[in-house]
Amino acid sequence: MSTQEPKIAIQDVSKSYEGRGGVVRALDHVDLAIQDREFVTVVGPSGCGKTTLLNLIAGLEETSAGTILVDGAPVHGPSAERGVIFQQYALFPWMSVRSNVEFGLKLKHVSRAERELIATHYLELVGLKEFANALPKELSGGMKQRCAIARAYAVNPSILLLDEPFAALDAQTRVQLQDDLLHTWEQERRTCFFITHDVEEAVYLATRVIVMRAGRITEEIDIDLPFPRTDEIRLSNAFLQLRNRVWQGVHGRSSAAQVENPGK
Amino acid sequence: MTTPSTDVIDANVAAESSRVSRRFRWSNYLSLLYVVSVILGIGIWFVAAIADRGRGLLPTPLEVLQTGWSMVRDGTLLTNTEASLMRVLVGFIVGVLLAIPAGFLMGWYDFARGLIEPWIQFLRTIPPIALTPMVILFLGIGEVSKIFLIFFAAFLASTIATFQGVRNVDLTLIKAARVLGANDRTIFLKVVVPAAFPYILVGMRLALGSAWGTLVAAELIAANSGLGFLMQNAALYFQVSSIMVGIVMVGVLGFAMDRALLYLERRLTAWQEKQT
Repeated sequence: MSTQEPKIAIQDVSKSYEGRGGVVRALDHVDLAIQDREFVTVVGPSGCGKTTLLNLIAGLEETSAGTILVDGAPVHGPSAERGVIFQQYALFPWMSVRSNVEFGLKLKHVSRAERELIATHYLELVGLKEFANALPKELSGGMKQRCAIARAYAVNPSILLLDEPFAALDAQTRVQLQDDLLHTWEQERRTCFFITHDVEEAVYLATRVIVMRAGRITEEIDIDLPFPRTDEIRLSNAFLQLRNRVWQGVHGRSSAAQVENPGK
Repeated sequence: MTTPSTDVIDANVAAESSRVSRRFRWSNYLSLLYVVSVILGIGIWFVAAIADRGRGLLPTPLEVLQTGWSMVRDGTLLTNTEASLMRVLVGFIVGVLLAIPAGFLMGWYDFARGLIEPWIQFLRTIPPIALTPMVILFLGIGEVSKIFLIFFAAFLASTIATFQGVRNVDLTLIKAARVLGANDRTIFLKVVVPAAFPYILVGMRLALGSAWGTLVAAELIAANSGLGFLMQNAALYFQVSSIMVGIVMVGVLGFAMDRALLYLERRLTAWQEKQT
């Protein structure tokens, strides 16, 4: 990676929660620098702190110690500059697909004509143009997530934070959406921070995989596979080796994994 | 990204239409049973009335129908129905209009919740009708006392429902709005209010049921017009068919109002995932 100022700089960040059984430490002195246009995936068992880290970058929660800088400025609260895609889609069920996509644009006071233009563009990009007037309940899980992706893209964030976005989808739809996501990333190259517990997904998408356990980053693995990623790459030896390495990092025995579920 | 394959959509459409046709057949079967049940019930009533001839207390359905018709003609049924309906509508509308802001305040600000909730929780354990003696002492037996009782019943039910609606808003939706740049005001108006809306409508249905029940009971105790008064008055003169006309009228109106709100609910919250 180059020596320029990182897009996201996570500096000695800790996060604790007041739990019933005392203080729970979700993140423990985490340092991480993410460069502009990187595609970083984070894998780890549940309770390892990966979602907490995403919420901190999104500004949905505040750090207990340490700072997070985005483009050199500390994060205070959410911003349309950092789009978030949730596992549960989080579409507004009373709005049509189009209104969902236009929601963020309305908040930015974008004119009606321009809103329509932008929404149409992204609905086309995610293949939902014919469903613009449908309600979310009429869409399948995969289509709902496509809509959520279009909604996040529409406000033109420079960073996309994705919290296990494909975890609730069936295997076939998941692979399709992975390819679609990479395709748009190659076109528009936003910085992506993608959380998953699926090792294969982590390797397939990323330029770099971060392994977390018990609130710490235990490993960083550069994925030097070429883009575009294809089925051949998915089946190649190089992919398998990387996959095995990450798998070892996530599931292998290590002292750091002792406190796997500190909640109780 | 590519469009989902048309096969998938076609399969969805096919599944949906077969579900619809099955549901249609099912609902036909059910409607038939409804009709059979009603006819059977009236038949049993008829037989019972004839068996009771010796004592002559229970009128036949036909006699009740005749009494009803004569009450329509001399105007007593309509004036009393109108009196009851007016009270319910005024009390209900005022109650709901005040309850919605109260419920939102409680759900959104802990300060308001702390001040209002103890009273709501205490008062809702009191059947509104239990307030009648107190209300009559203070407000007399005129219109105000009855409208107040209905207001009270409707206000409590609606406040609690609205409050629940605000508390149950999906937090992910609020987060999603925040990361798209929404401030608190926008989140309240564009996310919390619409998300709480189905709860409000359910609360209105509960409120209406409660209001109607309270009204008729209040009219039985103290009134000089209304369906409750009509029945109470008829009882003084042993006019059982007049009482039954009143009962049927109360039931029909309650049912009609409930159905009207249910229809509104279905129309306005059709976006909900779980809808049958």
